[in-house]
Amino acid sequence: MKLSSKTMSRLAPWLLTLFVLMCWEAICRGFSIPSYLMPTPSLIFKVGLELAGPIMEHATHTLMTTLIGFAVAVAVGALLGMVVGTSPIIYKALYPMLVGFNSIPKVAFVPVLVVWFGIGTLPAILTAFLISFFPVVVNVAAGLSTLEPELEDVLRSLGASRLDILIKVGLPRSMPFFFASLKVAITLAFVGSVMSETVASNVGIGYLMMSASSSMNMPLVFAGLFVIGVMGVMMYEVFARLERHITGWASRGQNAVH
Amino acid sequence: MSFVEFEKVSLRYSEDGPMAIEDVSLQIEEGEFISVVGPSGCGKSTLMKLISGLKPPSDGYVYVNGRQVGGPLGIVGMAFQAANLLPWRTTLENVMLPMEIVEPYRSTRKARRAEYEELARAQLARVGLAGCEDKFPWELSGGMQQRASICRALIHKPRLLMLDEPFGALDAFTREELWCMLRDLWQQQPFTVILVTHDLREAVFLADTVYVMSKRPGRILVKREIDLPRPRDLDVTYTDAFSAHVHVLREAIGRVREN
Repeated sequence: MKLSSKTMSRLAPWLLTLFVLMCWEAICRGFSIPSYLMPTPSLIFKVGLELAGPIMEHATHTLMTTLIGFAVAVAVGALLGMVVGTSPIIYKALYPMLVGFNSIPKVAFVPVLVVWFGIGTLPAILTAFLISFFPVVVNVAAGLSTLEPELEDVLRSLGASRLDILIKVGLPRSMPFFFASLKVAITLAFVGSVMSETVASNVGIGYLMMSASSSMNMPLVFAGLFVIGVMGVMMYEVFARLERHITGWASRGQNAVH
Repeated sequence: MSFVEFEKVSLRYSEDGPMAIEDVSLQIEEGEFISVVGPSGCGKSTLMKLISGLKPPSDGYVYVNGRQVGGPLGIVGMAFQAANLLPWRTTLENVMLPMEIVEPYRSTRKARRAEYEELARAQLARVGLAGCEDKFPWELSGGMQQRASICRALIHKPRLLMLDEPFGALDAFTREELWCMLRDLWQQQPFTVILVTHDLREAVFLADTVYVMSKRPGRILVKREIDLPRPRDLDVTYTDAFSAHVHVLREAIGRVREN
């Protein structure tokens, strides 16, 4: 049976994942690696199913934490990006601070958040926010500040205000940049929330993994890792689809007839 | 007073920077078609910025329609070498963009949407883009995009159309087609045109008056009236009179480039 290239490209990610898992299984079994060091995928899956209830509970909590942090990051990031992208002075003033702040490993900041807000969900939300707002700012600002000067001249010569130009051209034009940043930001938000849960929480998938590893329950740790990975891929896909739907013009434009 | 008047106008972009144009005086009558030619970087585009009110002159005065230019006027339409259509809008929506900004269209566009849409469709039909209204810019060829761009520049019925090398990126045949399109638009419904170009044949074929500018700082060196009878057909470009005009302008440009 010959598969069409379309089915093939749809199946490819599943096949590769399956292949990697099979290799992993074979290596673990072939070298008899003990499960407290490196569990086989089948064992991880089995443990995952047995503890599906608690895992899902913690995962849901992490997902909510991540999404709240992400939502705040998108709102703040888009606003800040608009300000930075439309005003060269603010751009100059704010950039070093933004870059400096983004260079701080957020895990080093979690203890500070714990002192301020205590152990629990709030530091996780804030970490997710802090780690994921930067790409949104940079992308929205880039989209706005790379507006073609001729196009701006056309509009300004008609008497358009800066707000007109922002609404008619700047914002629609920066949408592809914005959506590209959402895909990066959502995966970063997971990193932030899980990291904070690992260090300072008593709920969430990060906490689950931490307590599992302290009792050497490696299959459960890996089950947690899998769940985070799957959630990340799912959220990424959601935003990728949204992007294609809303800013399809940006990718179709590349096949232009000239 | 003429429709557009420059009185000893100079402009430098930064305070101690070099002059972009220096001591330029010229008059353009209402309904006149003028063309500005010159070597690259001679400040041709600066002229457009001054007239449209995007830049105030450093020295001298610019008058449009009897008033000193103090800011964007709204009676101006512009098109550039790049069509600059918005890729998320259809051709029709692109053409209607100025109506969302310029009065009186802006405040009445909800109530009279159908009427304005009809205007835009008619304008598109005049440049040979009937049937392309709902296509997106990337579905149009380069020449068609440029036609749409000129439609957009004309939709709010500007009294002054400014074109900055609008046909520069097109192939020779498409370019000649668009010359004729522009000629017809201008003859059906007269407005004043300022065409900045590198192409001397284009300037002579379309314009009533051609100005030659010098290298930076830009000054006007030659003013040449093109007395070829109108309406002009493409065949006119093969006549001796036409060649003579082009030849004189070419020599003037040659002198500019040597200095």
